[in-house]
Amino acid sequence: MADQHPQLEHAPHFHVTPLYIYFAVFFALAIGTLLTWYASTIDLHEWNTPIALIIATIKAVLVILFFMHVKYSTRLTWVVVIGSFLWLGVLFVLTFSDYLTRGWLMK
Amino acid sequence: MSDLALGNEPHHHHPFLQHHFEDLGQQHEASTLGMWMFLCTEILFFGGILCAYWIYRVMYPEAWAVAAGLQNKLYGGINTIVLIISSLTMALAVRAAQVGSRIWQLIMLFATLVFGSIFLVVKGIEYSIHWKEGLFPGSHFTWHEHPAVAQKVQLFMCFYWGMTGLHALHMIIGAGLLLWIIGRAWRNDFGPEYYAPVEIMGLYWHFVDIVWIFLFPFLYLIHGVHHG
Repeated sequence: MADQHPQLEHAPHFHVTPLYIYFAVFFALAIGTLLTWYASTIDLHEWNTPIALIIATIKAVLVILFFMHVKYSTRLTWVVVIGSFLWLGVLFVLTFSDYLTRGWLMK
Repeated sequence: MSDLALGNEPHHHHPFLQHHFEDLGQQHEASTLGMWMFLCTEILFFGGILCAYWIYRVMYPEAWAVAAGLQNKLYGGINTIVLIISSLTMALAVRAAQVGSRIWQLIMLFATLVFGSIFLVVKGIEYSIHWKEGLFPGSHFTWHEHPAVAQKVQLFMCFYWGMTGLHALHMIIGAGLLLWIIGRAWRNDFGPEYYAPVEIMGLYWHFVDIVWIFLFPFLYLIHGVHHG
């Protein structure tokens, strides 16, 4: 194991996220959890569901960018990540453009 | 090995550098990209089930609100926090590998395993309560508090058991992978130049956390529907 670290000219240099960012993201996620719980206990009429969705999406984006290091990843990784959610969007938009409009012709 | 056959290996390689990669940086990028490709299929896998869930939620909003009211928000909330803590410890384990600290890697990986296990225990308690309440779909479904929506509540519970069950299965697989990574960290395999397995373990673990971030409001926190 003496020759374990040769070839330093090719040694990769990865981004090391500062500790405070990890803790800040953690507290944001915890606050988001409390917020989504609190928002569900009060009557916001038609806004209850969108607010729950928005909070969950913000939490997911924080996890993806910082815990999963996408913020510091290559552009190719960004393409795959954004592509994933693009396909998810296609799945939802096309499906609901069918289901939500089925009653329209009858009216 | 091919080194012997060729006999002209120009320089020493890192022991975990695969021969088909130029260097550890390229290998790391390829691993990360491959994992994201897999996670893309996972996003669409859970996405398909979520889409079905939303179709029925739009069709039967009253039943969905009644059924979500049957869930224990406290257990669900505690589990959300537990999972977020486990994501933090997982992220800190990756960082410990990046800065070459074996002891912090082991502490953080073990903490992740402990919090993941706590999640599964709480989930198990919830499952046993639901089972006793007759909220398991099929012939075991004996819940009839609101007969008008009982069948639709049963449909919700199909999604509940299906989605949380698949999520729990991912957690169990994740716990198994963690044991393997802990074993490798114990052997001091990882350091600033090579920590791709820890990074990819993290990607998987955080993905499972993200699924729960959506399942918690979808299954536990639907505000009652108001008429007029």
